[in-house]
Amino acid sequence: MSYGLGIAKGMWVTLQHFVDTYIQDAQYLFRSNKVRSSKLMERQGPKNARGLFTVEYPYEKLPMSENFRMIPFLVYNSQTGQERCTSCGICAKVCPPQCIWIVRGADPETKRPKPEPVEFVIDATICMSCGSCAEFCPFDAIKMDQNYERAAYDRWGELILTKDMLMKPDTYHYQLHPSAKEAEAATIAKSEKAKNR
Amino acid sequence: MAEKTTSAPLAQLTPEMQQLKDRFGEAIQPAEYVGIVISNEKLVEVARVIRDELGYNYLSSLTGVDYLKEGYFETVYHAFSIEKGGGPFVFKARAPRDNPVIPSVTSIWRSADFQEREAYDMYGIQYEGHPDLRRILMWEGFEGYPLRKDWKEPYYEEDKKPFGSRWPGGHHVPAEERVQYHDNVAVDPATFNPETYTPEAEQLLYTGITPIPGSSSGTVEGIHTDAVVVNIGPQHPSTHGVFRMVVRLNGEQVEGLKPVMGYLHRNHEKIGERNTFVQNMPYTDRLDYICSMSNNFGYAVAVEKLMGVKPPERAEHIRVIMAELTRVMNHLAFCGFLTNEMGAFFTPFIYAFEERELILDLFEMASGSRMMCNYFRFGGVVRDVNEDFMDRLKYLVYERLPRKTDEMEQLITTNEIVRSRSIGCGVLKPEDAISLGAAGPLLRASGVRYDVRKAEPYGIYDRFDFDIVTGTNGDVYDRYLVRIGEVRQSLNILKQAIEQMPATGEIQAGKKQYQMRVPAGQAYGHVEAPKGELGFYLVSDGSPNPYRYHVRATGFINLGTLETMSVGAKIADAIITLGSIDTTMGEVDR
Repeated sequence: MSYGLGIAKGMWVTLQHFVDTYIQDAQYLFRSNKVRSSKLMERQGPKNARGLFTVEYPYEKLPMSENFRMIPFLVYNSQTGQERCTSCGICAKVCPPQCIWIVRGADPETKRPKPEPVEFVIDATICMSCGSCAEFCPFDAIKMDQNYERAAYDRWGELILTKDMLMKPDTYHYQLHPSAKEAEAATIAKSEKAKNR
Repeated sequence: MAEKTTSAPLAQLTPEMQQLKDRFGEAIQPAEYVGIVISNEKLVEVARVIRDELGYNYLSSLTGVDYLKEGYFETVYHAFSIEKGGGPFVFKARAPRDNPVIPSVTSIWRSADFQEREAYDMYGIQYEGHPDLRRILMWEGFEGYPLRKDWKEPYYEEDKKPFGSRWPGGHHVPAEERVQYHDNVAVDPATFNPETYTPEAEQLLYTGITPIPGSSSGTVEGIHTDAVVVNIGPQHPSTHGVFRMVVRLNGEQVEGLKPVMGYLHRNHEKIGERNTFVQNMPYTDRLDYICSMSNNFGYAVAVEKLMGVKPPERAEHIRVIMAELTRVMNHLAFCGFLTNEMGAFFTPFIYAFEERELILDLFEMASGSRMMCNYFRFGGVVRDVNEDFMDRLKYLVYERLPRKTDEMEQLITTNEIVRSRSIGCGVLKPEDAISLGAAGPLLRASGVRYDVRKAEPYGIYDRFDFDIVTGTNGDVYDRYLVRIGEVRQSLNILKQAIEQMPATGEIQAGKKQYQMRVPAGQAYGHVEAPKGELGFYLVSDGSPNPYRYHVRATGFINLGTLETMSVGAKIADAIITLGSIDTTMGEVDR
């Protein structure tokens, strides 16, 4: 084998990649609006991805998969305003870095525990986005959000999430997790039963 | 909890253990749950018999355990046989807590070197006869031994999670709020002066490696020359994170090399002992953050051994698919890292990362996260994979990845520059590799046929038809070739797994629980992670939290081979030798 052939073969691969970038750029340049994510997925998907692998964030954003998880949020019923959380504390118990703390509600007269949280705090700076709270919640009350752009100037004010910052309507939840709607009917009924007991 | 350990059933002696007992009499006693306890006087002698006569020539894991109530420290050894395969030979040595002295087995297995240093670092066990017993992960001035059960960290709350302050009272105050400077520092930032701050800890390290004062390395062309001590790292682009090598150089020649690690140390094992079993799963992602699925697998295998559960068929197949995808991704990325170190700056690296991106897309679809997957559960996986996932997977496995592997080979394998740089560089002899405890592609490139998937099959690996890829010369080039070969074998396994996978079915054995009962016992679960054998040693006392949680980190033990491979070579070769070990500091430092 003559010396230099191996390098030449490698260079051929590099050249192909180099040309591919321009071909792909040209292919998708006129075909669609760049920020339209369906075309982006086609371009970045396994079948078509060649040459160009990066997207021009923040002008282009790849859609996330339904299961993508970031920081948790709490779900309430957008029609009745009733929150699903019963403050059973399983999320606080299962949380690996222990970043959730909850003050359980109590009836002002009888002092008996009430199935709703008075305070619900998630320290987003400690949360490791493992998704255990959402996975083990028996009432489907806590779900993983997908807002990954969470940079903040002030840790104490913006990243220690209190109950009013965490509460999001179920319409938002179903928008993020469309396949959850049917699966959750039974657990929501369970949650409401626990509330009205 | 300790009462349970004292009343624990004693292990049944295997014929080999019985043979040792007959020969050494009182020096051998059956231990709790598994293995034998060897008296300290006879330890080295018996260890030699275990290695030479019983054939357990590969000391995989060595670790300490603190039995606080019983009042002793225990060192647990897991030795495997390269030739015979099969399970571990477990033996233990004990020393009282007030005078913890145990003889060192570094003369039998050189892999004990780093691991005994780690056990010394964490428990303060003195290994008599160890050549270089210094702290390894903690800094030299650290006070106390952090894995002892009576040692408490700053901001200590409780021994075990979940902490009572989180629910139902919810009166938790973050740690920073509780310190006087409102920040995570111990000295007042206003008065701290870095100019006057001098750490004393470096002295020990340098005395081990600096040339003897007044001595000269010789005279070259009439000029007096001296050996020079150079620090490579901790912030060096080719050290794969924060890793430091202190080398003594004679010209370009490496005369001595000491790896320094622990910059990323966060005492993963102490955190693991505070956590409940299921809480540990996301923490294992952070060990080797390139291959989190494999780490999940290892931990799941270890806990399932304790619990005695078996995942359903479909879950088993999903697990194999995830683990093998991780291997493909890691090895392709390795090709990029290696060429990066040889000077092909980032072009092959980016090509490798393209495929990695597509595999990470799959991980995101299945687990919800690209790198920190947290996907495995004891007796199953978190959620099922859908049709879309399978379509993408099939396209990748059948069409794209084989093509891209060929392309990577075309780029690197015959390249004359790569060949002249890597052939004959960083040679590790097979007997050294076994003695130093090298694992994974590093071991196999030296011509040793050992793969945990074949030697002690876990999951459903006994059903697949694949080969163990080995090298012949044990140099950097062979390590590259072994990894490319393993990518092809992994694709082979993936194809079989896709074909055999049941179309529907359960993905979790039993009911999913957030706090399950793990019976008291001890288990060592190990898997073939892309970087080598990854082991988890668990001691459970029947409570929801592990009593002892030890990680046999591949990279940590593989780094023990660096000195052997680099001394005598050129400094530039030491860099690519380090690259060819393929380490991740998250795993090394834990």
